[in-house]
Amino acid sequence: MDDQEQASVGVRRTVIRTVAVLVGMFGFAFALVPLYDVFCQITGINGKVDATAQSIVHEEVDESRYINVQFITRGSPGLPWQMSVEMRQMSVHPGQMAEVDFTFTNNSPSESWGRAVPSVSPSTATTHLRKISCFCFQEQHLQGDERLTIPLVFQLSRDLPTDINTITLVYTLYPVEHTIQSASLDNMLNHSSKNSTKSDLQIYLKNDPKNNKAAGEAI
Amino acid sequence: MAPKLPPQPPLQHSTTAVADGQSHGHAAPPKGIFRWLLTTNHKEIGTLYLIFSLTMFFIGGIFALVVRAELFQPGLQLVEPEFFNQMTTMHGLIMVFAAVMPAFTGLANWMIPLQIGAPDMALPRLNNFSFWLLPVSFTLLLSTLLMPGGGPNFGWTFYAPLSTNFAPPSTTFFILALHIAGISSILGAINIIATILNMRAPGMRLMDMPLFVWTWLITAFLLIAVMPVLAGVITMMLMDINFGTSFFDAAGGGDPVLFQHLFWFFGHPEVYIMILPAFGIVSAIIPTFARKPLFGYASMVYATAAIALLSFLVWAHHMFIVGLPLVAELFFMYSTMLIAVPTGVKVFNWVTTLFRGSISFESPMLFALAFVVLFTIGGFSGLMLAIAPADFQYHDTYFVVAHFHYVLVPGAIFAIMAGVYYWLPKWTGHYPNEKLAQWHFWFSIIGVNLTFFPMHFAGLAGMPRRIPDYALQFADFNLLSSIGAFFFGASQLLFVLGVILCVRGGKKAPAKAWEGAEDLEWTVPSPAPLHTFEEPPVFHRTSH
Repeated sequence: MDDQEQASVGVRRTVIRTVAVLVGMFGFAFALVPLYDVFCQITGINGKVDATAQSIVHEEVDESRYINVQFITRGSPGLPWQMSVEMRQMSVHPGQMAEVDFTFTNNSPSESWGRAVPSVSPSTATTHLRKISCFCFQEQHLQGDERLTIPLVFQLSRDLPTDINTITLVYTLYPVEHTIQSASLDNMLNHSSKNSTKSDLQIYLKNDPKNNKAAGEAI
Repeated sequence: MAPKLPPQPPLQHSTTAVADGQSHGHAAPPKGIFRWLLTTNHKEIGTLYLIFSLTMFFIGGIFALVVRAELFQPGLQLVEPEFFNQMTTMHGLIMVFAAVMPAFTGLANWMIPLQIGAPDMALPRLNNFSFWLLPVSFTLLLSTLLMPGGGPNFGWTFYAPLSTNFAPPSTTFFILALHIAGISSILGAINIIATILNMRAPGMRLMDMPLFVWTWLITAFLLIAVMPVLAGVITMMLMDINFGTSFFDAAGGGDPVLFQHLFWFFGHPEVYIMILPAFGIVSAIIPTFARKPLFGYASMVYATAAIALLSFLVWAHHMFIVGLPLVAELFFMYSTMLIAVPTGVKVFNWVTTLFRGSISFESPMLFALAFVVLFTIGGFSGLMLAIAPADFQYHDTYFVVAHFHYVLVPGAIFAIMAGVYYWLPKWTGHYPNEKLAQWHFWFSIIGVNLTFFPMHFAGLAGMPRRIPDYALQFADFNLLSSIGAFFFGASQLLFVLGVILCVRGGKKAPAKAWEGAEDLEWTVPSPAPLHTFEEPPVFHRTSH
């Protein structure tokens, strides 16, 4: 029976170890989600651009080459907006600052919130695209049938790899189901002055369901 | 483990195996259905697994025939495109999770205790539980076909957002079914590892184990490592669908490409889970019928382990076109090609085992030889797909379909059939009808090649996979494939007939049913009594 006892102790040990590995791997699968984000942020592999404003780097414009920058805009189901851009593509020198106007149109009579999420292709260019000002840093708010034009100011850094001749910048619009958060209030404060008071008021009123109707009348 | 023993005379059958199944210390098993519901015997559970797998093989096969019938000629004839998608998806899911994997687990249940001289699996009750989870899981999965909106229609790889934002309402049931099937595989794997590591006959070292045991030990480790990742992925899907998270939804800051990374981190080891035990079966059959010990036993073990380790480093070769950076494309291309080295070692060893052997061509050997040849063809098309720039052309075409069917049908499934023909005398006490088995083999091999070989050409010419209709220039290839598929499907009825006849009677088999067979299972009588090796056998080291 000695062998059998030894075996059953061994079985218990094996089971405990395999279960520990199981739990670890299940956790690892979830840990991969933030790890993937961090990895992509560092390397820019998935084309996600930094969502904060960057300062202008005053460097000499590299006039020896032109980079073709293309803009693509896409809507998505659930948000009745249209997004358009004043020109489909433009040529810039690395180091040169450029500005292009994007127009958001709300095609429905009711107000809504949305956000344009950028993606850069090829992904190796991601870290070389510096945005000085972009509507993608914050959520946008449109009244029913409102039209809003916001500029994008960007710069390509001079160390952009020489094998890149064309960069495509894709903006996809996503609906935002709005809840009051301090973050979005901050966004509002950064908003252009002409909208800010109106929006702030609206948010505060919207917060309280009882005031909803009153808010509509007040504005 | 037991100390090394001096050489002993070979095992005596009569002392270790008791001819009467219900011997001392075992209560009489309950009668009727409860005998099967409550059984904790590894042989009975193995049989249940194999019957379940065969049933599912036919259900998945019928789904495949619906697909092939629709593709018989261009245009939409028989089914709606929506239903076509459900059929391709269900065919894949059923064949992978309900046919191939349970068949190998069934063979493991039957043969591992016999091959290592253990009286049963280490955790017999858990064994019962892990089997009975399977019918529950796949009844649930199949029932989604009857639900409003239909069953899963997003392919067996269930890429998000197809399987989240755009999925039918039944997807939550699909997730639950897959969770249950995953738990079943995990419990099975724990049991197999615990059995192999702790219950070997005294004197049997790890490097004395038959290769089927070795390949299953490594497979079980793969299962333990990646099934939790699958569970994690489908849990994230579940939360995206029902609880408003956005793991895979770009609108909420998630990333659909992340799904593919996670899925294939599970998915690539999964394809080795479906082939490594096949290597083990073939490595048992070829030496038996070549009447020579296996060439390069140790290198076989190391090659299997190397394949398993590499399988964790190659997942993104399924994703060459998602926009990986060049460095990643190169890394995954080279690491994938590296797998050809240990696989080549295995093929070399099988061929060298055959060299100058006195070969006879019984049905298990025929299937094993077909495995070596046709699996290698599938391996070569895999090598072509591993070339990242070429994959841009081949991706999602019928070339991929041809590739993975070559490694799974004449690969995994032929190996399972070879194993069944090889061990049927041990299970039933009768040899299978050799003439019928030979007909089955030749029909199968013609059917398999007629079905899948033309798919290479259709794919290279650009025919996309997972579509119910296609351009006219692919009509001839598809016509051949469809004829082959129905021929192959029908010839599998010969297999069922052969197994049933063998259970009911036939030529009596002795304990050592095949002349060249050496492992421990051939020391117990045929049919193997319900309880074997209650006294551990003394392991007599042979060749390797």
